Amino acid sequence: MARTAIPGRLTWQQATVVETRFDTPQVKSIALTVPGWSGHRAGQHVDVRLTAPDGYQAERSYSIASAPEDGYVVLSVERLDDGEVSPFLVDELRTGDELELRGPVGGYFVWDEPLGGPLFLVAGGSGLAPLRAMMRHHRATRSEVPVRALCSARSLEALLYREELMELAACDPFDISITLTRVQPSAWRGYRRRIDSDLLAEVAWPPADRSLTYICGPTAFVETAAAGLVGLGHDPARIRTERFGGTGVQP
Amino acid sequence: MTRYDGNAIAGTLEDIFGGDLTTAACVCGQCGQSGVVAEIAIYFGGPGIVARCPYCDHVLLVITRHSGMYCVDVTGFAQLSTPSALA
Repeated sequence: MARTAIPGRLTWQQATVVETRFDTPQVKSIALTVPGWSGHRAGQHVDVRLTAPDGYQAERSYSIASAPEDGYVVLSVERLDDGEVSPFLVDELRTGDELELRGPVGGYFVWDEPLGGPLFLVAGGSGLAPLRAMMRHHRATRSEVPVRALCSARSLEALLYREELMELAACDPFDISITLTRVQPSAWRGYRRRIDSDLLAEVAWPPADRSLTYICGPTAFVETAAAGLVGLGHDPARIRTERFGGTGVQP
Repeated sequence: MTRYDGNAIAGTLEDIFGGDLTTAACVCGQCGQSGVVAEIAIYFGGPGIVARCPYCDHVLLVITRHSGMYCVDVTGFAQLSTPSALA
């Protein structure tokens, strides 16, 4: 029986790889064109489906790292050594290859300019991907919402979108803090420890400013950050979280 | 077992329910805590998807799939309501 796509219904689509680039030794950003892409909101994700020659299928969900205003749908995929999907995406996928995906999905971990702020974005490791989409959307819409971002990575080498973060840090509404938890360059002037209550108190907006907070990272990281902020007096209803499990190592 | 959250099953839920369910309000059938689906605990380690209450660990939702057909058990919720619970 022939199947016709019903408008508005979630269907698997063929995307084509336009470009791939290593952002860190473990994370590759994959730019895709998706025919008939309906557009997305900053922070949404897509499901990717791989099919083996024997018909076995594996699905994974990846945040979209590009803004709605960008030309391509970009996924930043962290290579998990014991993963079923990520080693293929990082090691094998080439420009011109096709990839099956569906989306965009999720209406919770999203930020659109009218939602306002001030914004506090907290990223652990590759949890920076959806927050980068929000920051790019912020710039593309010339938003004046003030943004504070806290990015945690194991080392400078493991920090995603390094150059872009440095450019953002020089822009007026952005205040970017970086903490490197394992290895720091000798002249490092940023933070040097895992996030804790003191670090959050220093970097976050005062609770009275009623900031809108987005936290994304491994589960343990998100729990620590969210509990820390609530402990400091932030309204839990103004904190949105996204946990992508454990990646084997703590960012 | 690795814990994710409801955001991770946004696509599966939309496939089943025909719209975004992650912003839906829900109430746990055991402890009575309310929240949104995006914040519930999700585990992928078994033969299907298991969702648990992040406060009391009560099983809220089980989704299995066989031969292209979903089997969905939502009896763990006292309440599940759409549209969005977000202001």
